[in-house]
Amino acid sequence: MINLKKIRKAILTAVWFMFLTFPLMVMKVNTIENTVQWRWINLAYIGISAFIFSLFWEDLLKRRDNIASKDKKKSINNKISRKLENKKIRNISLFVLILIVVLFPFIMSMYQTSIITTALMYVVLGLGLNIVVGFGGLLHLGYAAFYAVGAYTYGLLYYHFGLSFWLCLPLGALFSALFGIILGFPILRLRGDYLAIVTLAFGEITKLVLENWNDFSFGPSGIANIPRPMFFGIKLKLAEVTNFTYFIAIGLTILTIIVIKRLESSKIGRAWEAMREDEIACQSMGIDITKAKLTAFSMGAVWAGIMGVLFAAKTTFINPASFTTWESIVILCVVVIGGMGSIPGVIVGALIFILTPEYLRAFSEYRMLIFGLALVIMMIFRPGGIIPKIRKTHQFKVKEVKE
Amino acid sequence: MNLEYFFSLFLGGMTRGSIYALIALGYTMVYGIIKLINFAHGEIYMIGAFTALIIGGALSLTSMNPVAIFIIAAIVAIVYSAAYGYTIEKIAYKPLRNAPRLSALISAIGVSIFLQNYVLLSQTSDFLPFPNLLPEFGFLKPVENFLSTTQFLILLSTAVVMILLTILIKFTKMGKAMRATAQDQQMAQLVGINVNRVISMTFIIGSATAALGGVLITTHIGQINFYIGFIAGIKAFVAAVLGGIGSIPGAVLGSFVLGLTESFGTGYISSDYEDAFAFIILILILIFKPSGLLGRKENEKV
Repeated sequence: MINLKKIRKAILTAVWFMFLTFPLMVMKVNTIENTVQWRWINLAYIGISAFIFSLFWEDLLKRRDNIASKDKKKSINNKISRKLENKKIRNISLFVLILIVVLFPFIMSMYQTSIITTALMYVVLGLGLNIVVGFGGLLHLGYAAFYAVGAYTYGLLYYHFGLSFWLCLPLGALFSALFGIILGFPILRLRGDYLAIVTLAFGEITKLVLENWNDFSFGPSGIANIPRPMFFGIKLKLAEVTNFTYFIAIGLTILTIIVIKRLESSKIGRAWEAMREDEIACQSMGIDITKAKLTAFSMGAVWAGIMGVLFAAKTTFINPASFTTWESIVILCVVVIGGMGSIPGVIVGALIFILTPEYLRAFSEYRMLIFGLALVIMMIFRPGGIIPKIRKTHQFKVKEVKE
Repeated sequence: MNLEYFFSLFLGGMTRGSIYALIALGYTMVYGIIKLINFAHGEIYMIGAFTALIIGGALSLTSMNPVAIFIIAAIVAIVYSAAYGYTIEKIAYKPLRNAPRLSALISAIGVSIFLQNYVLLSQTSDFLPFPNLLPEFGFLKPVENFLSTTQFLILLSTAVVMILLTILIKFTKMGKAMRATAQDQQMAQLVGINVNRVISMTFIIGSATAALGGVLITTHIGQINFYIGFIAGIKAFVAAVLGGIGSIPGAVLGSFVLGLTESFGTGYISSDYEDAFAFIILILILIFKPSGLLGRKENEKV
């Protein structure tokens, strides 16, 4: 409903935004040539869009609150999961999915396959970080360091000893896990945001060491000419190897999903969940919190290590610039947007988060602007993520009790 | 050991620390009240610097007195940054007040990406030099080897801001309301404090001090681009945590520790690892004092 009061408010908002964006949008100063450019037309754009935006904003927020308070059974997620319980529908959709996945690289171009491979890598990274953040409740801002450890494991072992991709894959996981444990020890006492900032510091230090320790890591110039994965000792052509990398990524994604799914309902998985809810209560129930934290860190790091090796093999070139704090934040965004702790959520989150900027290339320079805005809007309207975690519930039916 | 070198490093560290302190204050105040790591705070600082550059650049084409231009540019930048802080809180954080904490964090990251690209697109991606507006202060002549005019200005204004802020928080009604809200939001509401207003005020003050930092550092370094906010924001966040996040004296102390460590580290050890010193000192301090230098150890309840 649009009434006079709302219009007045919208006009005020528009004026406010015109004031707010005035120096940056209208004036453009070049302090080298000492010129000022005035772009008054931008002011009109801002005013109009702020006016429209303001007209609908409060209604949208109200709608969101109404939906949240309503019965959750009507939500789309629930409908889908209910449908999937039906075996016939489930089998058909699984079949279609497998068909798409297998045929994808043969139908689409190499570029598309390459993008999807990257997205799949982020699925695995997201799932790995999900162990630490989603299951364990430990905010981790330095995850890219583990990713770097994996990539440099392959890069350096190949450079010095000529080790192959397949041998480095488990080694990358191992080193990464060890690194996770080393990182875990000093920060066992830290909580919440103190933990977050220390992980961020570790991530930055790792990057700085890689950048400056030239004898070890070849500094900012990185390692080039890393071989792509080989198919049982056969060297493939570029088009074939792209498809092959895609299938490796698919295989690793499936492996990750299975392992993490099993981990989640294992003893250690439940220990993580208890730790997330309350550390003291968890300890008093007899759970070794040191062990739980260290396993969460190392189990999360394993996947980053594996993906690091794959990343090095896919791009054939690594340098410290790929493993910045920004990268860690991207992976964290994948987890939170998808839905913390929810495996299907993280998968969908990674696909959306990585593919959207790629397909927004049509808007070229505006894509990151739109992307930032989309992050804010998404969080406001779906704060729990795209597919929020559904907590396991156990129900006793009355009949069972009577028997 | 060269004493003059030592002093110049010391004052360089103090200058750095002052800038970190001006940004870290906003971080720590916001965190103290709504427990949000405001990732977009560094961007506010950048916008402050840019606004000052635009206003200063435009006015310097007229025949005004350079010092007057500088003061006008600084005031406009502070007002605008405060307005940005206020608006961002209303749009991006307020609807998320009851949401999971990490959602608000991602929203803040989104704001940060948005603002960076907003400045990049509306202005430029190049480094812009800041017009030289300030004259050299005559009375600093004897010590000009280790204390430049801008450094002096930075130290002085930081001290003034700290004193004003302490007065605001300790002795005014608003300050009392802020402290109450930080302790317990619900209880504060029950005793008749307008929590929304307190939160807005916190964002306004925090953004204003960050903008002041932005203006001062750009006059000191002499050039800016759209990306300066990110690393400054992270460093200030480190400083705030170092001192104990949520504590205002802690943020100041943490900033000076950080600034001095960086300055002496780069001066005496190696300039390659400039950023690493900050993080190493952070880790060392947090290992021995897990809640920061001046952070309160909270009693945990189950």
